[in-house]
Amino acid sequence: MGSYLVRRFLLMVLTLFGMSVLIFVMLRLVPGNIADILVDASGIADPKEKAKIARELGIDRPILEQYGKWIGGLTRGDLGFAYVSERPAIEEIAPRIPISAKLAGMALFFSVLLGVPFGVISAVKQNTALDYFLRVLSLSGLSLPSFWLGLLVLMASVHWFGTIPIYDSNPHTFMQDVAMLGLPAMVVGFRSSALIMRLTRSSMLEVLRQDYIRTARSKGASATSVNYDHALRNALLPVVTVIGIEAAFLVGGLIVTETVFNIPGVARFLVEAILWRDYPIVQNLVMLIAFVVVMVNFLVDMAYMVLDPRIKFAD
Amino acid sequence: MAVIIDHDAELARAGANVTSFWGQCLFLARRYPLGAVGFAIVLIFVLTAVFADFLAQTDPTTTTSKFSLAKPGTGNFLLGADFMGRDMFSRIVYGARISLAVGAGAMGLGAVIGISIGLASGYLGGWFDLLVQRLLDIMQSLPLLVMAIVMAASLGPSLRNTIIAIAIPLVPTVARVVRSSTLSLREQPFVEAARAVGMGELRIAVRHVLPNTLAPLIVLATAQLGSAILVEASLSFLGLGIPEPHPSWGRMLSESAAEYVRTAPWLVIFPGLAISLTVFGTNLLGDALRDILDPRQRS
Repeated sequence: MGSYLVRRFLLMVLTLFGMSVLIFVMLRLVPGNIADILVDASGIADPKEKAKIARELGIDRPILEQYGKWIGGLTRGDLGFAYVSERPAIEEIAPRIPISAKLAGMALFFSVLLGVPFGVISAVKQNTALDYFLRVLSLSGLSLPSFWLGLLVLMASVHWFGTIPIYDSNPHTFMQDVAMLGLPAMVVGFRSSALIMRLTRSSMLEVLRQDYIRTARSKGASATSVNYDHALRNALLPVVTVIGIEAAFLVGGLIVTETVFNIPGVARFLVEAILWRDYPIVQNLVMLIAFVVVMVNFLVDMAYMVLDPRIKFAD
Repeated sequence: MAVIIDHDAELARAGANVTSFWGQCLFLARRYPLGAVGFAIVLIFVLTAVFADFLAQTDPTTTTSKFSLAKPGTGNFLLGADFMGRDMFSRIVYGARISLAVGAGAMGLGAVIGISIGLASGYLGGWFDLLVQRLLDIMQSLPLLVMAIVMAASLGPSLRNTIIAIAIPLVPTVARVVRSSTLSLREQPFVEAARAVGMGELRIAVRHVLPNTLAPLIVLATAQLGSAILVEASLSFLGLGIPEPHPSWGRMLSESAAEYVRTAPWLVIFPGLAISLTVFGTNLLGDALRDILDPRQRS
């Protein structure tokens, strides 16, 4: 167990290190850097001006030196300076994290709230009209692009309220927060709820076929007790994995939804930074996302061990 | 209570004695109605993409300022026109071609790379396998869309680059599926038999191991076709995918969509409907294929 944890930890470090090399090299393959964009945007294509900007930003240095500087800074908590705003990258990134985290948390809450009970209903009523309806609904959840769903929500709000919800950066109470982020969170969470529902359904069907379910039924336990106490509890294990993985993979939905609803979170910031070739922001944000994904995977594995005593990781 | 079993009816229900191609199609359609619907949607999508020139009467890139933001139904504009007066119907029809090209292209490219890597990794094992697994770990530490965004940004916008940017993030899943089947298959007696009769290792891997991994692969590929189409739409929506003047469904939604939500809802509704319907079709088809080809995962 102890050595499993150590190995697991080393693997995480290795993965993150590999990611840092990958993202660093890939960004430097991009045709055109910030110096080109800034100079071209101002309408003067002066090579001297470009070279000056490149020198100031340090992007004329050898790639290995640039990488060393970045990683060295990262270990000290220094993320470098954003090119566009010329402020420390950490000051740009940090205030946006809670916004995205809140959105992701609410989306996940919503998707579990919807996904698990509907999955159970769908499994218990297998092959009925209700089951078919719920399955088609969940498939549509996997098929609607989140940004389109977001646009439809905006359209509905224009139609009924005559206005588009506007993000306010200073919510005063928790309820205001919920009211403001609720709709976008539902849009992001719809996809995950569909996935969770499908998995809950198939996992429930699997468990409902087991012998101990028949035993529970034959000793006279009520349908509710069989479905929820005996079956759901055992069916939830794979669902926990998916909830964990979705928590990390919500980022994809966050990116487009934050763009549609104009929410200044980290996910939308990534796209803005990419369009501006703002390397310090992009590489740090990518590392942040990779870190979250790797951590969540680790926590899911740990949760597995706690939830299912049969699972032991060999040392 | 006596139960009378009508043997003929039961046999017919189980699909026995159906030998003709169309008979089997009909049987499958009855057995998997949702899958049949999915297949029909995907078929319509592919046919639209292939016969776009016949379906759309006007060029999707021709601009007519007079018809800027024309409502659906005005003149020849069945689904209206966008800000530049381009026919929406024609753009959606041609958009199917872009979607199919990117979806199928990315899925195919990802599958070819993934199969090669997975087969080599599972078959060779050893340090090569270890190295490949760690590389796949790294690639999988970013969500699909984020990886595609970074790839697309570093390659630059073009049709070809968009296909590559979406294909690469699809590789790890394919490679892992092929690898895990290969690991169990290479210990099978038929592999040993092939080796005993003097077959080369490469030939064994391609002729005997690979075909046995196909069932889960087809299921995965259908699912990936849907995600590739979705990712293309998202990339183009964010301005990192297909460049102008190609009519991409995702891009059509990005052109100041928030503004059109108020003024020209048809510009938002139709492209989104096209994306959703297509992906919905591939998902329905994928589910049915999984039930047919991979009975262990049957829901």
